[in-house]
Amino acid sequence: MIAVALHIAAGAVALALAMNVWRLLRGPALGDRIVALDTMVINAIAMIVLIGMIGGTDIYFEAALLLAMVGFVSTIAFCKFVLRGDIVE
Amino acid sequence: MNVVAEVIVTALLLLGAGFVLIGSWGLVRLPTTMERLHGPTKATTLGLGALLLASVTCFYARFGMGTAHELLISLFLFITAPISANMIAKVHLHRVRIGAIAEPDSIAGAPPRPSDDADWATFEAPRRHTPSSTANT
Repeated sequence: MIAVALHIAAGAVALALAMNVWRLLRGPALGDRIVALDTMVINAIAMIVLIGMIGGTDIYFEAALLLAMVGFVSTIAFCKFVLRGDIVE
Repeated sequence: MNVVAEVIVTALLLLGAGFVLIGSWGLVRLPTTMERLHGPTKATTLGLGALLLASVTCFYARFGMGTAHELLISLFLFITAPISANMIAKVHLHRVRIGAIAEPDSIAGAPPRPSDDADWATFEAPRRHTPSSTANT
């Protein structure tokens, strides 16, 4: 039962990633692209967690945690760059 | 793994996957940028929280490892998602103000002004004599 649910969940997350790519390429505003990238990072974390559950290992946890931190910092840096023209003032 | 744990993990997995999918569908489907912010920041964060809970339950039931370190990711995301959404909304407000974006018709209409004589805080200079203002120094 869990194996089937895991594969359904992985398919749903993959579909969500494809939708995010569509919004990333389509735009139209710059804000939309930032939101799409931020959502793609969160969906990638979900995918890593699902892969860890499918493989039955715990070693993907650090990758997911690091990706969460790097994704947040990159979103904030991108927004700061658009707002102020500079990241560290 | 006993049946109760299997049912819980399956339900959490399907719930989380459904919310992640709904968040991205909202990103595709909603008409304006401000409305498109709602899908990813709320539905996707909740969906990932459910997936991480499923991971905790699964590893506990399968190997007897009672760790909650997946909840660290969840906690971190619940803290950072509003901050990212706030920054993206500020970017969008500034881009609209300088005329870089023409807003299409939205469901909710244009955002109301905060009051008659004041504008959004992101457009104003820092004010003196408020506790955390950078103009105090």
